[in-house]
This record gives sequence, C-alpha cells and structure tokens, in this order.
Amino acid sequence: MNAVVTILVDGLTYASWLFIVAVGLTLVFGVLKILNIAHGSFYALGAYAAASFVAWGATLKWAPAWSLVAMLLAAVAVAVAMAPLTERGLLRFFYGRDEVLLVLVTYALFLILEDVTKLVWGANPYYVSEPYGLFGSLHLGVQTWVGYDFALVALALVVGGAVWWGLNRTRAGKITLAVIHSAEVASSMGVNVSRVYIGAFSIGIFLAALGGAFTAPMISVQPGVSVGVIVVSFAVVIIGGLGSIEGAAIGALIVGLARSLAVHIAPVAELFSIYIVMAVVLMFRPEGLFQRIQARRI
Amino acid sequence: MLTIRFWRAVALAFASVAFCTAAAQAQETFKLGIVSFLSGQAAESFGIPAVNGAKVVIEAFNKGAAPAPYNKPGFGGMKIEPVYVDENGGATKQVQELRNLYDREKVDAVVGYVGSGDCLAVAPVAEEMKRFLILYDCGTPRIFEDNKLQYVFRTASHAAMDNVALARYLKAKNVKIETFNMINQDYAWGQDSKKDFTLSMEKLYPGAKPGEDQLPKFGAGQYGTEISALMAKPADVTHSSLWGGDLQAFVLQAAPRGLFQRTQVVFSAADHVLPGLGEKMPNGVILGARGAYGLMSPKSALNDWWWDLYSKAYNTYPVQAPYRMVQSLLGLKLAVEKAMAANGGKKPTGEQIAAALANSEWESPAGRIRMALGDGHQAVQDTAIGKTRYDAAKKMVVLDDIQRFPADCVNPPPNMKSEDWIRAGFPGAKGCP
Repeated sequence: MNAVVTILVDGLTYASWLFIVAVGLTLVFGVLKILNIAHGSFYALGAYAAASFVAWGATLKWAPAWSLVAMLLAAVAVAVAMAPLTERGLLRFFYGRDEVLLVLVTYALFLILEDVTKLVWGANPYYVSEPYGLFGSLHLGVQTWVGYDFALVALALVVGGAVWWGLNRTRAGKITLAVIHSAEVASSMGVNVSRVYIGAFSIGIFLAALGGAFTAPMISVQPGVSVGVIVVSFAVVIIGGLGSIEGAAIGALIVGLARSLAVHIAPVAELFSIYIVMAVVLMFRPEGLFQRIQARRI
Repeated sequence: MLTIRFWRAVALAFASVAFCTAAAQAQETFKLGIVSFLSGQAAESFGIPAVNGAKVVIEAFNKGAAPAPYNKPGFGGMKIEPVYVDENGGATKQVQELRNLYDREKVDAVVGYVGSGDCLAVAPVAEEMKRFLILYDCGTPRIFEDNKLQYVFRTASHAAMDNVALARYLKAKNVKIETFNMINQDYAWGQDSKKDFTLSMEKLYPGAKPGEDQLPKFGAGQYGTEISALMAKPADVTHSSLWGGDLQAFVLQAAPRGLFQRTQVVFSAADHVLPGLGEKMPNGVILGARGAYGLMSPKSALNDWWWDLYSKAYNTYPVQAPYRMVQSLLGLKLAVEKAMAANGGKKPTGEQIAAALANSEWESPAGRIRMALGDGHQAVQDTAIGKTRYDAAKKMVVLDDIQRFPADCVNPPPNMKSEDWIRAGFPGAKGCP
C-alpha cells in the first residue's frame, strides 16, 4: 500500500512540475503554430531571474515567504522583457514560412540565449534553496516529502485552471480560440491577430519562466538547465496533442506516473518508460490524445 | 647639435623597434589546443574551472614564473599560444573540431576532453592523423585497456581508482555494511563507476548486498522519485558518482527529506560542489575528488604556488578539474623540453614529444604522476578520501578523517584490466592503509 502511495505521490509531483513547463509550450504552438525550442531558454531565464530576485529580496530583509512573490515577479519580468523582443523583433518575420524553418529559428534563439545567460550571470551556480523549506515536510511511513513539492501541485492546478478559464470564459480567450481555429478568418472579422500572437507568446514565455522560477529552489541554477527540460516537455505535448491544454495536463500525468512506476519497479527503464508511452499513444493517436483531426486546407 | 642628437635618437628608436620585431618573429611559438566544456551542463563544474586553471598556468609558464623545474619560459623558451575550443556538442562535433585544430589551426599538441564518450571518439582520430593528444580529465578505463595507442596519453588516473578507494576507505574506517544502494547517471561514467564500486564491495565486504540501483539520465535535475526509491529500501551505505549540477540538485533535494540521516552517503567525485553548496552540503558525507585534489591535496611548495596562483585569480580555491589540467600541462612542459633537448634545441615533433612523455614521471600539485599503465600512456597517482563538515568560523565545508591511498594500492598493475584486477581481489596492491 505504501509503495502504491509513494508511486502516486512521486508521479503527481513530477507531473505538476512538467505541466507548468509544458503548458506554455503547447499554448504557443496552438496559437502561433511554432514549436518553440527556445522554450527551455525562457525556463532557464526564469530560474536565473528568480535567483537574482530572491537574492535581491534577501538584501532588502524581506521575510522568507516573500521569496515566492519574488519568484512570481521574476517570471513576469522575463515575459515582459523577452516576449515583445522575441515575437516582434524576430518571429513575426517568419510567419507563414515553412514550420521547419521556424523550428530552426527558435533553435538558433535557444543557442543565443544560452550564451546570453552565461554573459549576464556567468558560469557559476546560483542557489535559492530557502523557499524549498517554506512549506515544511510531510511524513508517511518511511517516506518524508518536502511540502514545497505539494505547493507545486497546487501551483499547477492554479495555472491549468487559469489558462482554461482564460481561454474558455473570457472575451480575449474566445478571440484567441478563433485565431487558433483560423487566423485568416479571425483577421477578416476584425480581430487584431498580431495582438493575439504577442499576448499568447507572452503568456507562453511567462509560463516557461514560471516553471524555471519555481524549480530554482530545487536545483543549482547554472548553464545547461534549459536542455533537459525541453526534451521531456516535447514528449508531454506530443502525447497530449500539440496545442491542447487538457492534453498537456493528461500528458504530464501519464509521463509522471510512467516514470515514477519505472523508477520504483525497474529503474533501468526510466528513460525508456517515457518514450514507450509516447510511442504507444502515437501508434493509436498519431495526432496526440486531445488534438482534433483537422481538414487540410488547400 | 640638438638636431643631430634628435635624429640619432629617432634612428636608434627605429633600430630598436626593428630589432625587437625581428626577435619576436624569430621567437618560436608552441600552439596548444585546449578543449573543454565552455558551455552546457559540464561547463560550471569542470570545463570553465579547468580552462581558468590553464589560463593562469600558461601565463605563468610564458613569464617563466613557475617554480623549478618548470621555470623555463614557455615550453623550452617557445611562447605557448593557447587555442580554446568548446567541448559541448557531442562526440561527432569533437572529432571535426580536433581535425580542425590539427589541420587549420596547425596546433602542435592538444590537451582536452572531460567526457568519456568524447575521449573514446577523438583518441582514434589523433592516432590516425599521427598527432599528439593528451586526455586530461575523462575517466573511462577503456581507452588504454581496450586500445594500444602511440600518440594519445592520459595524464590522470582512470575512474577505477575512485571507487576502489571509496570501498577501501569504508573498510579502513570500519563502517558496518550489510546493504548498499546506488544512484549513478545512465552513461559510460555512471555505469563504469557503479560496476567498479559493486565489484570492490564484493571483495572487501563479501556479505554486503546491493539494493536499489538507480540510473537517472544525465542532466535529469529532478530526483524526487529516485530519492523516494532510495528511502523506501534504506541501506547502510548509498553510493553515487553524480557530479556537477546533477549532484548539486540531488543534495538540495535529498537533504531536506532526511536521506543523509538514514544512510551513509558516499560520493566518488564530489569535491567540486563544496565551494558552491557550502552549508547546504550535509555533514558526514564521505567523498572523493578523483585524486588528492583541492582540500585533500598534499602539502608541498608546488601545491602552495598553484593554490595561491588560482585562488588569487578567481577568488576561490582550485578543485579537481583545474588540478587535472595543471598536472597535464606540467607533464607536457617537461616532455616538450626533454624532446627539445634531444632534438638539438629545435622544436620537437609530435612523435618526439610522445616518446618523451611515455613512461615519464613528474611532480604535480597533487603529488607524483607516473605514466605507468597502457605502455606508458596512462597515468597513475595517489588519491584521498575525506568526510564533510561545515566550519562556521571559516564559512566553508572542510574535510575531516582524510585517508590517503598510494597509487599502487588503488590502481591496477600494468597489463591488467581494472575490472579483472578488482575481480581477482586486487593482486599486487601495495601500501594500502
């Protein structure tokens, strides 16, 4: 019984972290049709910015709980600084071009941002582990979990709920859904598509940076943190269906549980478990679990 | 009169400039390719500290400011001209980069490579091109145990030493072990480390049983599930060869969950995270540095010089990666100068440098380096293991209970593969405490 609970808890906490990172990736693809390789770089920027903001808060003698606010502000700062620069300054020149070209452009951006982070923050690691202890610990049998991991579950629920509500229950969200369905038709109906693009891209970057910011207390922030996260995020959005918010949630849960099961039962198959799940899903649902089959426009 | 003196001065100045230019043109340079991680996940822990070490040492060499017998300027009077290359990007890229270094940059020698996969890929290329190459860091024993190489050298011990020394340390300190868990990265380094530690434990603790065997991917970053698995089946000892950002993340996530209180954690290559982690590193962790490096380095005039040189330049003390870089450059310097002397004072060829370095010995800040294995192409060296304690007064982690192991105790003898040596019960091991 304890083993089952452990597998479920580990799977759920890992899935929550994955969802926070992956939901921005799938949102950007859904609206802009860009498979954004640089998503991992914005995750890293969020982590670095959180490290700087929390350290800055400490010098101002902020109470430790305020570090959570500092991390949130760090994610906002990354989105405000980077989204207009990236979307207006670079990506818009490639809209309508081959999707492969856009992947290459974002890959180039990923490489540039790797060096930019090194230029700004250097190669030394940054530690912001103080927030990790804010929520205490939970003891269950032989296991002790850190409360922060459960706070991430709550954050994932808030993020998922907010994105769903924003898309389905607000005017701006409905306009965004119209652009997702057809940017051309939406434009002909008077929708300012460019504004929707920059809005969606900003939210995508904010979510990537939010994932990085709230991961920072669990890791040492240093060059290379952007690499691992992007690969597993792709697996999640491909399982769920590119562009689907619900798909990202279910995809993250499937990957989290599959990985947890493998680590506890057959550790050697940990990495394999994620991709075998992806392969099985793609065998039966090549477009992912939640993406509707679309008619090809000629 | 004043005019004549003025024109004489001008003429003298021009003559001096012309002479200096001619002298500078006449001074031969030794172009040295240095390859290490300048970006990516291994940059912070290994690549950049090693390159930083190379920069200060080459500067000291060129000024003739290193202590004897390393005090001849440059390499035998030849100015060292370094070319730095990023190791990030995978083995295929490194093969091309190495060819570029030899063919386009026209380097005289290359010192490089942290990744075991990179070392395995580039060694045959240097052999094929008949060009001189020193592998300064990578750990896999397979390079010289599975190949006979003429132009390739490794100036640091291979990874078998680290895990044999860890197991011997546990035995020497009478740590009671009935079970042991492991967590190692799922690639050559982690797999080899796991195998060497398991085999060593079989010989030194015949009754001890391996339990959890976690193999997270390199760069995983999230270890919550692995930590749960390790805690679900608690063992007397938990072994790991994690390093860099992975190791830091593991420590940060495992410490608040109490793993370090439930089991004796032993790390095979962890000294490099101590300056950064500081008080976040739990007390009582047993760790190695893949040599007698950093806080475990022996007291010597050469080590004092190196420690001061690095510390003053970078405001932190040197850890294993820069130590391994400096020991390779010291060995190369002596080999080039020996080959030069044998070549009538002229710049030696790659073959001549290789002949001079094979089977040689030299003093390094970490002790004596002997090119004793792999037909004189693979080094052995002493190592040390210690136990962490945060010193609040010094505001740094210090290492207690340091135990030194002579090279002949923890390295296989010549012509014997490390795995066979461990399986056979360490035949010929000498000087073990």
